[in-house]
Amino acid sequence: MNPNNQFLLNGRAVDLIGADPTESLLRWLKARHWSGTKEGCGDGDCGACTVAMVETDAAGRSHYRAVNSCLLPMGALPGREIVTVEGLADGERLHPAQQLLVDSAGSQCGYCTPGFVMSLFVGSHDGDLSDHCIEGNLCRCTGYRPIREAAQRLAALPVIADPFTAAMAAPRRALAPASLGGFHNPTTVADAVALKQQHPEATWIAGATDLGVNLSRGQSVAPGFIALDRIAELLVIEVGDDAVHIGASVPLTRIEQELAGAFPLLDDMLPGFAAKQVKNRATFGGSLGSASPIGDLAPVLLALDAIVQLRGPKGLRSLSIDGYFLDYRKTQRAPDELIVAVTLPKPNSLVTASYKIAKRQTDDISIVAASFAIQLDAQRRVQHVRLAYGGIAAIPRRALRSEALLLGQILGDALVEHVRANLVEEFTPLSDHRADADYRRALAGNLFVKFVAEKLA
Amino acid sequence: MSKPTRHESAIGHVTGRATYVDEQHPPQGQLSLYPVQAPHAHARILEIDAEVASAMPGVVAVLTAADIPGANNTGAIVHDEPVMPADFVSFHGQAVAWVVAESEAQAAAAAKAVRIHYAPLPAIVDVPAAVAANAFHLPPVKVERGDVVSGLANAPHRTHGELMIGGQDHFYLETQTCWAQVDSEGIVQVTASTQHPSETQHMVAHVLGIASHRVVCRCLRMGGGFGGKETQANPFATVAALAAWKTGRPARVKLHRALDMQLTGKRHPFFARFEVGFNDDGLILAARIDLIADGGWSVDLSPPVLMRAMVHVDNAYFIPQIEVTGRIAKTNLASNTAFRGFGGPQGMVVGEEIIDRVARFLGLPVDQVRERNFYREGEQPDRNQTHYGQPVVDNVLPELWAQLRTSSDYAARRTEIDAFNRQHPQVKRGLAITPVKFGISFNKTEYNQAGALVHIYIDGSVQLNHGGTEMGQGLHTKMLVVAAKTLGVAQSRLQIMVTSTDKVPNTSATAASSGSDLNGQALKAACETLKARMATVAAASLGGDANAVVFAHDRVFLNDRPDHSLAFEDVVRATYNARISLSATGYYRTPGLSWDPKLGRGHPFYYFAVGAAVCEVEVCAYTGVHRLLRADLLHDVGETMAEEIDRGQIEGGFVQGMGWLTNEELRWNAQGRLLTDAPSTYKIPTVGDVPIDFRVDLFRRSKPPSTNVIFHSKGVGEPPLMLAIAVREAIRDAVAAFGDARCVELAAPSTPEAIYNAIQKVRGG
Repeated sequence: MNPNNQFLLNGRAVDLIGADPTESLLRWLKARHWSGTKEGCGDGDCGACTVAMVETDAAGRSHYRAVNSCLLPMGALPGREIVTVEGLADGERLHPAQQLLVDSAGSQCGYCTPGFVMSLFVGSHDGDLSDHCIEGNLCRCTGYRPIREAAQRLAALPVIADPFTAAMAAPRRALAPASLGGFHNPTTVADAVALKQQHPEATWIAGATDLGVNLSRGQSVAPGFIALDRIAELLVIEVGDDAVHIGASVPLTRIEQELAGAFPLLDDMLPGFAAKQVKNRATFGGSLGSASPIGDLAPVLLALDAIVQLRGPKGLRSLSIDGYFLDYRKTQRAPDELIVAVTLPKPNSLVTASYKIAKRQTDDISIVAASFAIQLDAQRRVQHVRLAYGGIAAIPRRALRSEALLLGQILGDALVEHVRANLVEEFTPLSDHRADADYRRALAGNLFVKFVAEKLA
Repeated sequence: MSKPTRHESAIGHVTGRATYVDEQHPPQGQLSLYPVQAPHAHARILEIDAEVASAMPGVVAVLTAADIPGANNTGAIVHDEPVMPADFVSFHGQAVAWVVAESEAQAAAAAKAVRIHYAPLPAIVDVPAAVAANAFHLPPVKVERGDVVSGLANAPHRTHGELMIGGQDHFYLETQTCWAQVDSEGIVQVTASTQHPSETQHMVAHVLGIASHRVVCRCLRMGGGFGGKETQANPFATVAALAAWKTGRPARVKLHRALDMQLTGKRHPFFARFEVGFNDDGLILAARIDLIADGGWSVDLSPPVLMRAMVHVDNAYFIPQIEVTGRIAKTNLASNTAFRGFGGPQGMVVGEEIIDRVARFLGLPVDQVRERNFYREGEQPDRNQTHYGQPVVDNVLPELWAQLRTSSDYAARRTEIDAFNRQHPQVKRGLAITPVKFGISFNKTEYNQAGALVHIYIDGSVQLNHGGTEMGQGLHTKMLVVAAKTLGVAQSRLQIMVTSTDKVPNTSATAASSGSDLNGQALKAACETLKARMATVAAASLGGDANAVVFAHDRVFLNDRPDHSLAFEDVVRATYNARISLSATGYYRTPGLSWDPKLGRGHPFYYFAVGAAVCEVEVCAYTGVHRLLRADLLHDVGETMAEEIDRGQIEGGFVQGMGWLTNEELRWNAQGRLLTDAPSTYKIPTVGDVPIDFRVDLFRRSKPPSTNVIFHSKGVGEPPLMLAIAVREAIRDAVAAFGDARCVELAAPSTPEAIYNAIQKVRGG
């Protein structure tokens, strides 16, 4: 394979020359009659287009990752390896993920099935065949019971040596820099910054879970792209004594796994953040870059006083997360700067928790997301407090007035009720298709009460 | 019959080899269509200027109403549904024109460049506004029995209420799609993801102004239908056919998800108002019920949907004096349509709402009030006729109900939950058991017929054609069971063909849970005909009577001489040699049906499908978030032809119903634009919503049924959806535990926000 203009599809090198870098892998596959991979939504929300993509970590270990091919622009493909549903069966012999779905009566109309097959296939390699493995796959026919059964039966199978395990064991080189049309894939931060100087109209793109939706819908996002998902410096997690440094391009799946237990705020938030297919591509950098008011990570960062590191032509600068968000989708980041890392102070003696309320409790966008951090002394006097919310204002923000009411006071029932009432008034959220403003306001107060009841009783 | 029967396409599904309509290798020169959508819910069309768009790269044509050679109408019942409107826009996003281009991207780009001038008009975008404006489709309809006025007046207790029930998007994973071409003989060949190929064929002919014999419609498999492709596949098939007709080139439509959600109708939202009279025991004496279905901009299937709601408000309960009035609101929204249950679920939700009001009014356990009001065939023959005049025969519900109460450990769990609730001020659990009684057959008698065509080839292989369509429900799988059993051959000998209107004409929609009942009998009849012909040949060779010939295990023999048998294929060859036809049609009409839509009386259903569910939920008072902890379903499928298929319908129907009643919320803005037009904003259940403790059983009946359904099975497509009403009622039970209200109002769907608001109300907040 020539990593500059080819990728591996089911083990065979495929040419990318002439491909439209903004076309999704899903559409590209369909145009070439690889029609096993289905389009159910084109928005990254149904999983019917799930494929497996190989990701190699800094230590040289390779993993299959389930990704939504509808969100993956062809520009990100040079040098990559993709397995689709057509690549699993060995002639008439089905892969266990396929056979067990058949045996469990896991398909009815069959349109979502290839996506489930791919999620199960990846789950059988990464060892997670829990519900989380298939939460990003919608099925409208089966009610999921038989699919869950197939996952459980697959989990009970011994790991077998097959060409896929062998492929994962093979050593791989880091992805090389590559460009496809106006879609640039640098491998160093310096190159990325330089590319941006040359192509100021190009936009940064990380896992493409946000911009990929626009591209999938045929919107022209930008004349060019500078992708940040193969820059080794941005893919590092460094655990220090007082803080953890998270590279801006680390996929959330890795954060969830590698930092499990270190930050209860993340442990609470990440399982419901999104489905696996999205978390395998979504990043802190992307979340802070797109600066959505409903991003679920921002409240966590606000609660922990995180530091955001930016790199631009003038060098590196660090900003407190407090004040980073200026207005709706506006931040302190200059257009030519890229987010390189987030530093999360360890919570130490803080009592923390995150809550996410959405219509659906898995794979949904928040109505309100909240992250709380508080420290009480022996008398239950509030020594430190952060009450941070998403979904309730034009930007993710702290409830500063309510924090002030708490600070230095003894946390008792009357104060909790007073703060709850104040939280209800502190924000003026919108009514939209997710919920009415009154419900959002009520949640702002109630989630704090719930936090106190559950963590500080 | 007891061994697992897998879906006939299961291997195709898991390998990605199963082919759907838009995945066939496109014919040379195939064009793509993209709609030009109206930005108003209601407006007059002043001018359509397609000059710029027509000159754009790849554009071959811009189709408008003026291009339609035949009738500009796809209305199934009332001719009120233009393919493309000539004068007025009737809902936000309506396709006013379609661009035809070499590629879909080019068509989409050009669609943006079509300039249409509108004069916006006031729009009606919900039921209350339609009521206020007296905007209705068709006159009101009534189903009644007895004297409801005196029944209510004389009842010891009375209460009343109202309820708005939300709609539901079908969210079939495969969006609407079709392609069409005009063949060398001028025949319009349409391949569509449609539940009703015959109607699609007729609509295409109608719109093109040609006879139906010039159109063939084929349906491969569908990636889900659920009623959403019963009539609503037709508009897209007609524009694809029109494009092919105009350009002489093959043309396709495949809607993107948002387009599909904006353009197509949904399960009807219903507004209900009721007044009920009852005695101290909770026995209902009289009820007056007004139902208003939100029909959307055109009539579509709203009248039968409304009627099915009206004849299912009783659910499993006898209501001696009753008056049900139904109206169809005319709103400037997409035209609402068939959706699994076809109005039955909305009617039943209202019926269960009434039962709950009665029970709480009296402070009685709700499950007890349900039981007391049951139709009881043997014990109380005077309480066994529905309000439309059909007796409830073969009523196994009381027996099934008792079994489920025991198997679900209902009584003990009730006690445990009450104890739990006393200890948890901010979290409450709820438990509910609810029944389903659902009439099987199309209300409209003439739809209850089916045809089949079976060919046996001289190598002994068999081709099966029937009028039903495969949308995942396993119809083809069951048809293979029927043919294999009837012909006494292995399934490997059988080939199911794609559904095609040139094989079996004048078919009914695959709908109303009747696909296997109707097509199974037709297919069986065709197989019996062929068997009878072959039996005469075999009898001559075996030296016996044709009536004594048995077909089993791919062998043919006399019933008293199984050891002396002929191979099936040898009998086939001998039949051919004897110059006897090896091709036969089969036909079936459901016996004993009658229905007078004007009087709202008759015997519209061949039989009733019944089931019951017990659900347990936990509800958080801080947030209104609920969790389904356990579900026990017991459903009567008769003698199952394919157990895994039937279980799949029960589980899948339940979860789909649960989605409708919990998290699937449709919201529009004040201008009538659908805001929830993608899975990011419209939330169907995921695996995480399905309880780990999910117990599903098939009811084993003790008595044979009085009806002759194919192999004593029962239709199972729709009824299990309504088992999910137990989730709603369990949530209500939990909400009730936050206070001691005599009435618990719970919105449908019960989103976290709705549950939160219900709790506040119960708490007096």
